[in-house]
Amino acid sequence: MTFAAPVETKSIRFRARSFVAFTLTPEAPLSEWLESLDRWIGNSPGYFAGRPVVLNLNTLKPEVGQIEALVAELGLRGIRIYAIELDGNTALESNLPPVLIGAKEATAGLLMQADSKGRPEETDRPEEAGRAEQGKQPQDRQPEAPATLMVKTPIRSGQSVFHAHGDVIVLGSVASGSEIVAAGSIHVYGTLRGRASAGVLGHSAARIFCRKNEAELLSVDGWYCTAEEMEPSLRGKAVQAFLEKDTLRIAPFN
Amino acid sequence: MGKVVVVTSGKGGVGKTTSTAALGAAVARTGKKVALVDFDVGLRNLDLIMGAERRVVFDLVNVIQGTAKLSQALIRDKRVETLFLLPASQTRDKDALTEEGVGEVIDKLRSVFDYVFCDSPAGIERGAQLAMRFADEAVIVTNPEVSSVRDSDRIIGLLDARTVKAERGEQIAKHVLVTRYDAARAARGEMLSIDDVLEILSTPLLGIIPESQDVLRASNLGSPVTLSDPTNSAARAYIEAAKRLEGEELPVVVPFERKGFLDRLFGRRAA
Repeated sequence: MTFAAPVETKSIRFRARSFVAFTLTPEAPLSEWLESLDRWIGNSPGYFAGRPVVLNLNTLKPEVGQIEALVAELGLRGIRIYAIELDGNTALESNLPPVLIGAKEATAGLLMQADSKGRPEETDRPEEAGRAEQGKQPQDRQPEAPATLMVKTPIRSGQSVFHAHGDVIVLGSVASGSEIVAAGSIHVYGTLRGRASAGVLGHSAARIFCRKNEAELLSVDGWYCTAEEMEPSLRGKAVQAFLEKDTLRIAPFN
Repeated sequence: MGKVVVVTSGKGGVGKTTSTAALGAAVARTGKKVALVDFDVGLRNLDLIMGAERRVVFDLVNVIQGTAKLSQALIRDKRVETLFLLPASQTRDKDALTEEGVGEVIDKLRSVFDYVFCDSPAGIERGAQLAMRFADEAVIVTNPEVSSVRDSDRIIGLLDARTVKAERGEQIAKHVLVTRYDAARAARGEMLSIDDVLEILSTPLLGIIPESQDVLRASNLGSPVTLSDPTNSAARAYIEAAKRLEGEELPVVVPFERKGFLDRLFGRRAA
């Protein structure tokens, strides 16, 4: 005789978790904004691939009817919109991404994402690194860790370091085909051969420093410079990159 | 307990299989028991390089699926009696490999052999990741060219993240083996220098194998160069690399081109 296994009644638990997402804020005129987005994507293909992107429509304030077209337009560029920020509009049509409210600037600590698992070792002493301790309860958290992420190993091709909380210091080299994205400044004590984006959450005073500049791309607060556009005399030098009157300047250290 | 060494590179055609055969044969010549495992399921080559293609009955996939015993699938080399080959399946693909299956086979090999060399397929996908999964050490085969070096860098990142050893928080020992090094082209500045390669990869050097027609000839004859012609410069470089792998400390000498009178007159040209 066989018996059916008793149905286990497990209670479903809901937990609130916060994640870091990129926010795109389209501006009018939309066609120009899309053009500059295309330029950015042309220089950084795959930048948005698999990244959670939230569409902030509070600047553009489009008609509800236009939102769908805009989401589709971005979809064509490989940008998948996870949610929409739009004040005073708590319900959009069900075919559109959900509306998010109550956004805060990212302070979630460190998120390290390198194609799912290929993450570099952060540091010998994790409490130094200001990393987001996943699954740890807030009450047993250490006293506020410094917001600097120190990476003591070389960053290998294909790896991606994202630090939404402050500066990133890399003691080794940053390989061609890797990237560092930081809310603060980026310091590389080896050779920078990959891509470095500082001040990505809108911090225009952020800077990038490296001992030897062989970078594929340098960017501060969205202003960028590709290897091709860089002054040849700056290659192989110790340089810093910073914003000066909304232009990205790259200057050698003497 | 034997040591499991994965021979990997990311990029194809840099000399993984040739190096697996040459290093394995060089170690086996000293009397150590060595197994060479071909992980390139679907595109197997190691049997050809070892000259064992006409003796393959069972393969890695058969052993994993339980249709053959490990002892049935292992092919003993005719020249060195401590050298064995576990061939890959040519008719299957990499999906036939399971992590548990590979783990069991590697564990058994580890208990019987002193050295297990895993010949990784090119790429960074499933096949390559399973080949490195259970390794204690890695030999990263690199040509002195930017594309090869970048791919090697990617593989080193994976070695530090996706191996069982790395997941346990231990360090997997990594060695760079530079192959197809052409002293004449290096002198003309047409290739990356050894210093550049090591600076980019920041990983210790196991050896430099000079570009040599004899390596190709040996492969076509179905014999690792370290067995067919051990006095040849490439074979000597492989034998020295094998000694370093076993822990011997030997200085690495960068192969150089003997300069003629005219070269000396005009000095080195930078390309």
